[in-house]
Amino acid sequence: MDLLRFATAGSVDDGKSTLIGRLLHDSKQIFEDQLAAVAASSRKRGHEGVDLALLTDGLRAEREQGITIDVAYRYFATPNRKFIIADTPGHAQYTRNMVTGASTADLAVVLVDAAHGLREQSRRHAYVASLLGIRHIVLAVNKMDLVDWSESVFDDIVAAFLEFSASLDLQVTPIPMSALRGDNVVDPSVEMPWYKGPALLSYLEDVRLDDVAPAAKPGRFPIQWVVKPRPGSSESRGYAGSIASGVFAPGDDVVILPSGLRTTIASIATFDGELDAASAPRAIRMTFVDELDIGRGDLVAPVDDAPEVTNSFDATVCWMDGAPLRSGARYLLKHTTRTTPVLVRELVHRTDVDTLVAEPAETLDINEIGLVRLQSATELALDPYREHRTTGSFILIDEATNATVGAGLVRERATLGA
Amino acid sequence: MTFTERASEQLSQLDVLESHAIFVLREVAAEFERPVLLFSGGKDSAVILRLAEKAFRPGNIPFPVMHVDTGHNFAEVIEFRDSRAAELGVELVVASVQESIDTGRAPDLGPDASRNRLQTVTLLDAITAHGFDACIGGARRDEEKARAKERVLSFRDAFGQWDPRRQRPELWQLYNGRVRPGENVRAFPISDWTELDVWHYVQREHIELPPIYFAHRREVVERDGMLLATSRWVRPGEGETAFTETVRFRTVGDATCTGAVRSPAATLDEIIAEVAAARVTERGATRADDRFSESAMEDRKREGYF
Repeated sequence: MDLLRFATAGSVDDGKSTLIGRLLHDSKQIFEDQLAAVAASSRKRGHEGVDLALLTDGLRAEREQGITIDVAYRYFATPNRKFIIADTPGHAQYTRNMVTGASTADLAVVLVDAAHGLREQSRRHAYVASLLGIRHIVLAVNKMDLVDWSESVFDDIVAAFLEFSASLDLQVTPIPMSALRGDNVVDPSVEMPWYKGPALLSYLEDVRLDDVAPAAKPGRFPIQWVVKPRPGSSESRGYAGSIASGVFAPGDDVVILPSGLRTTIASIATFDGELDAASAPRAIRMTFVDELDIGRGDLVAPVDDAPEVTNSFDATVCWMDGAPLRSGARYLLKHTTRTTPVLVRELVHRTDVDTLVAEPAETLDINEIGLVRLQSATELALDPYREHRTTGSFILIDEATNATVGAGLVRERATLGA
Repeated sequence: MTFTERASEQLSQLDVLESHAIFVLREVAAEFERPVLLFSGGKDSAVILRLAEKAFRPGNIPFPVMHVDTGHNFAEVIEFRDSRAAELGVELVVASVQESIDTGRAPDLGPDASRNRLQTVTLLDAITAHGFDACIGGARRDEEKARAKERVLSFRDAFGQWDPRRQRPELWQLYNGRVRPGENVRAFPISDWTELDVWHYVQREHIELPPIYFAHRREVVERDGMLLATSRWVRPGEGETAFTETVRFRTVGDATCTGAVRSPAATLDEIIAEVAAARVTERGATRADDRFSESAMEDRKREGYF
């Protein structure tokens, strides 16, 4: 059985929580005590029937206000696959939460309310998903019951979405559905014989994501922890961490970055024994044939396909804090297992997330996205985010408050050091 | 051979969950001054202990384990706790709720009352006394709806409080481990595991568990729709009669509020089949403490609970 992580995105009333509730309910993942609690809660709030949205709105304030505040994670499994849903709210702090949910997702389900048609936010959903490296999008055209299950309404929404997402390198799978009534969520709809594609769940069960699997990319291994054998042990010093991408094997010639030291992998092991080869995302312990001064924060890569090492680079930053980002400000930057001070040399531009137009700006405010030129105190081994999620991403931390204030995505190689 | 031609390993979803949990444990060990592993003797903490071995062997496990002891224990669980700690060679810290009561830090609710909520006082006092800045726990997001909203590294202020509306964004696997003196985080390496994942892992890894997880004959009373094991603290009240039943426990906690379920499942295979077919969540079936209100867990967590 394998694992699929997906994020959901939609505006406040597109019926996202209802869709997730329906997905869990119809795939028999909701327990009797949960359903009883939701039914009681629905009655208390004077809702007709069982409000499936209450299943996912876990905080008191969310149930009271009838909105989703924060990303929630949901789990369900079919005999073929386990699913992790990052349910991102469509309300306040929208971009920040969607960026968070999308950062660990392989696929995004973007909801559109058929009765309202495509809204400005849909452009933002597609842009954020694409920015975060998601290639597969399900365009869930919901509330088809409110438009008499009309094929032409569906076709118009799909055409409009494809038009503005054309430049974003996305594979879009449109599905017409009614989450409220359960059409095309788990069970195929009898109301829309004109739709020949799969229901949402069968699509999610079958979709192949091999093209984006980290194991298929060049090797990247950030060292997380040095394992010092206990006194008297015959074991040698090992370097522990999780493989970020690619496959490593004993005998591989590797370079340790940022120092540039070269060595050869002597062994790869887990607690359960030695391995002939190990791929992402396995947690391993690696030893080298040479004694080297290396440790947490260093990156192991193949000598013939290593990332660029630099302390000056451009990145797309999504700002997440109430105090805006400004040129000249200093933060801490965490990239893989290395944390270093960083200086904002320049805010190059801000991108309007609804129109995708780049505009000059003095600051990046909360939920805004812009291109930032950074200079780090120590050198970093960076890949473009589009090629490597792990070695192309970082967070910014405010040293005074310790808050996570920004999410960064390293730009293309050509702009490094520009 | 070039890197791109090499075939990658086929990792199962359990392998992926295991690797992520090991990653979280190593991040916590590397980024915090004084982490501690909270160990209840339950299945989730037994799994975390195995993951800690996997993360740090052949070196030492770089943190002590701490049991917040309500004094209302199943004897089997305490035996299990002590033998596991000795086997692994880790320091065992026992923080006692009884001591919190004796020193007036926590109210004395009487010998029979649930001490579940009082654990918060004891836990926060122990965190202060030992200077712990990260507490590793076995909580899972599938357990409860407030937990579903919680981060893998969940920040607590100097009063131990969780503020669900002011959580740090958590992106990729870039966990922000920075805290000021007096503050701490709760780290949940198996956040993304479900109850069934835990049982599959226990089976795959041959993880030893306290025997009360498996079907056995036991004297119980039925109270508020739950079966509570009779003990020094749980005796039949008015209108209640004790009777013997074949039961097992789905969760292990304070003996006064952890219910047993009627079950003939005596082996791991039988338990896995039972959990897969279950129609009631583990906390719903067995935890009186979550039945008070819709927000019982959220409220306890805000106060500093696990």
